[in-house]
Amino acid sequence: MQEKYDYIIIGGGVVGCMIARWLSRYEGKVLLIEKEADVGMGCSSANTAIVHAGYDPVPGSLKAKMNVRGNAMWDTLAGELNFAFERRGDYVVAIGDDELPLVHKLMDQGKQNGVPGMLMIDGAEMRAREKNINPETSGALWASTGGICDPFQVTVAAGENAVMNGAKVLLNTAFQDFIMEGKRIIGVRTNRGDIYGRWVINSAGIYADDVMHKAGIRPEFIIKPRKGEYYIFDRADVSIDNVLFPVPSHKGKGILVTTTLHENTIAGPNGTIIEDKEDTSTTKEGLAEVAEGALKLIPSLNLRYSIANFVGLRPMGNGPCKTPGVVYNNDYIIEIPDEVQGLVNLGGIESPGLTSAPAIAEEVVDMLRDAGEKLVEKKDWDPIRPDRPRFRNMSHKDRQLLVEMDPRFGQVICRCENITEGEIIAEIHAPIPALTYDAIKRRTWLGTGRCQGGFDMTRVVTILSRELGISPLEVTKRGAGSEYLFRQTKQVEG
Amino acid sequence: MLTKQIYDVVVVGSGPGGVAAAIEAKKAGADDVLIIERDTELGGILLQCIHNGFGLELLKEDLPGPGYAQHFIEEMLSLHVEVLLNTMVMDITPQRHLFLSSKEHGYVEIEARAIVLAMGCRERTRAQIRIPGYRPNGIYTAGTAQRWVNVEGYMPGKEVVILGSGDIGMIMARRMTFEGAHVERVLEIQSYLSGLSRNLVQCLQDYDIPLQLNHTIKRILGKNRVEAIEAVQVDEKWNFVPGTEEIIPCDTLLLSVGLIPENELSRKAGVKLDPVTSGPYVDETFQTNVPGIFAAGNVVHVYDLVDWVSEAGFSAGKSAAKFAIALRNAEARYTPLIAGKNVRYVVPHKLDKSTLEQEDVRLQMRVTRPIEQPVWVEVHDGENLITRKAERYVRPGEMVTVILKTKNYADVAKSRQLTIDINPR
Repeated sequence: MQEKYDYIIIGGGVVGCMIARWLSRYEGKVLLIEKEADVGMGCSSANTAIVHAGYDPVPGSLKAKMNVRGNAMWDTLAGELNFAFERRGDYVVAIGDDELPLVHKLMDQGKQNGVPGMLMIDGAEMRAREKNINPETSGALWASTGGICDPFQVTVAAGENAVMNGAKVLLNTAFQDFIMEGKRIIGVRTNRGDIYGRWVINSAGIYADDVMHKAGIRPEFIIKPRKGEYYIFDRADVSIDNVLFPVPSHKGKGILVTTTLHENTIAGPNGTIIEDKEDTSTTKEGLAEVAEGALKLIPSLNLRYSIANFVGLRPMGNGPCKTPGVVYNNDYIIEIPDEVQGLVNLGGIESPGLTSAPAIAEEVVDMLRDAGEKLVEKKDWDPIRPDRPRFRNMSHKDRQLLVEMDPRFGQVICRCENITEGEIIAEIHAPIPALTYDAIKRRTWLGTGRCQGGFDMTRVVTILSRELGISPLEVTKRGAGSEYLFRQTKQVEG
Repeated sequence: MLTKQIYDVVVVGSGPGGVAAAIEAKKAGADDVLIIERDTELGGILLQCIHNGFGLELLKEDLPGPGYAQHFIEEMLSLHVEVLLNTMVMDITPQRHLFLSSKEHGYVEIEARAIVLAMGCRERTRAQIRIPGYRPNGIYTAGTAQRWVNVEGYMPGKEVVILGSGDIGMIMARRMTFEGAHVERVLEIQSYLSGLSRNLVQCLQDYDIPLQLNHTIKRILGKNRVEAIEAVQVDEKWNFVPGTEEIIPCDTLLLSVGLIPENELSRKAGVKLDPVTSGPYVDETFQTNVPGIFAAGNVVHVYDLVDWVSEAGFSAGKSAAKFAIALRNAEARYTPLIAGKNVRYVVPHKLDKSTLEQEDVRLQMRVTRPIEQPVWVEVHDGENLITRKAERYVRPGEMVTVILKTKNYADVAKSRQLTIDINPR
């Protein structure tokens, strides 16, 4: 029995999930395949969590267009999908007089890109707005439309809303090849068998080049991962409430000091170009580079209060900008190529990919419509993805009511972040189920605090085992090969 | 069970410090003592310390952790200390209100006349010592591994390297070996042992597990599960010594790199912390800077022997009881006067009950809004009306006076507070 889909999306990052969400609005069967045990396990879950204003990309590039268009969509998106998002604004801070012209240049670039709500402020004003800033600041660009979000929630929420509207998500399902009929793509070959569909959408993130090469598209296009290392700080000891960029360099937007919506200050990323697409290791040199960059902005930042490091790989492509007269070779690819039929091809969706994701999804829908797809809106399409209770953000009164309704929300499992059993169970049985420890961690922020899971780990393994009906020996951190336990102890076995 | 809204002493945490505090608070005369534990059983981390070596100083006995805990838990229970299990304290205010969360009892607010903080400590993690590399599964603090092996009955590793020569690390080296794992070695960045010498002998040397001083981990390999670590020698400034790198294949890395007092709740209560110990500043009675909030055990500073934790708990418990009793007596002596219906304020604000035994007391007040009809000015303690005075009207511009008479003393002496209401006649 062969199921046939209208749209098969390769890759469950934020872009793939947004496309699934946009397509699930219309009649037709949508399938998203993801090689990992959860959606959002690549670049989408390891980034700076910023919704960029749009002054950074090269004017005229597709990147600039998607960034600015995407940015404007986030208020509605956050309202519909119920994820955490705040338009807190951001700063690009010049340290010393030499850097000031670069900030002015960014301002001009922002204007060309159509970024609203920007303002130049002087050093005194910057020091007043952020008391911890390097006192040698000479001024800053203030972009009021910059925002911060919870990128894990964004990805999951978009995917869930797609599932609510009839899309299907297959986890642990890796693309291997296209199934072709002449020049027409009729499906994909995966580790879990062949799947047929009329359209395939390549949103494979860091592997998008490999995927398009399988279809014979753009053999010259390659993705080089740009590795970004980060520090996360304990919110009890470090609290920088602003989003602070340095002036950009050839290595990108530079090392920021910023805050998350979980109130943890973070610093990073650097931008080391690497070869290995699986290399998410931190390095002594890289972390030192991040520390140096962060201290340039906030000289008082104490690395002693770091509670975790992480790495994100940004899928930097070499796609040339199509706009005449614009020389730029790291642009986004969003296209329906002529060489084959049935492919929507994306590539090089690096930062500001998160910001751009809803605009990219909209663009993909428009391209499909232009290619002759009817796209009839479902009568019962529901754009709202309800949020689930988040105990830690609630008032004492609301917590009391919640625990009265469901006592499982009274059982605190993660002591540092105050995540309850009720929340964990809700995620395990969500529309896109959280099947691993890390999936629960990303969705709830469990285990991210100062004890880094030391307290909750054994308890979460027990809950996962119980709720999924599997042995604790089968519970994993992030999918097969990352099990916690090897066997029972002699005493128990004996 | 939670039987009261207000307790004399509430103890947060049922490890050795907390249990000792509860015992001594009760012995020192506190009436209602409540101990709150977030886990399923009393005893704290002692329950997973199934090795011997506890109680040599205080009990002159060599007990395993659970045995030591049990000794004091039994004494505590015989003193009728109330126990709440599976309950997390979410918040403590400087006014000593506590917010508790549990499946069984819901989310509740209680008050304490005195609080003993006994949350113990937590283990330092990999990020805090900044080991670069991948972040695979298989990197656990020694305490987490200990819980898996000793409480849950599962083995989290087969080929093990341990970083840090803390006591829990050395004890887990022996325990994992006993359970059939192979402990390759223990690495210690310092030039000296960080735990007790007896553990070096009994846990490492007796099992031929090598200890390498002046060594640390340069990076961790393996994407999903630990596959190896790269060990390296360090100089006296902890710089890597080039050429001494060694890849050690393993599937598990246990960290025993220090303990930090657990003071998130203390901070919420406004307790000031010493940056050196990471615990509260305390006086000789173990009182913190917040009146009525005491702290005992590893939450104050990390101890080497459990016996000293119990001793600290005894002191803190006794001090907490003393504070609570003094407060209770003060509460019993005074009764607050509360502005009730249509009363803006009452002077005096509180009344020393014993005064009324000797003489009448004049209460004066202003009303909130005018009532142009006959009213009663009523002084009552809940349902019990103590006295009332008739007025033809009340107006905010004209002060109202009521006299509490010596004959009201018996009623007032029983009251917790007096409320003054103005009601139409």
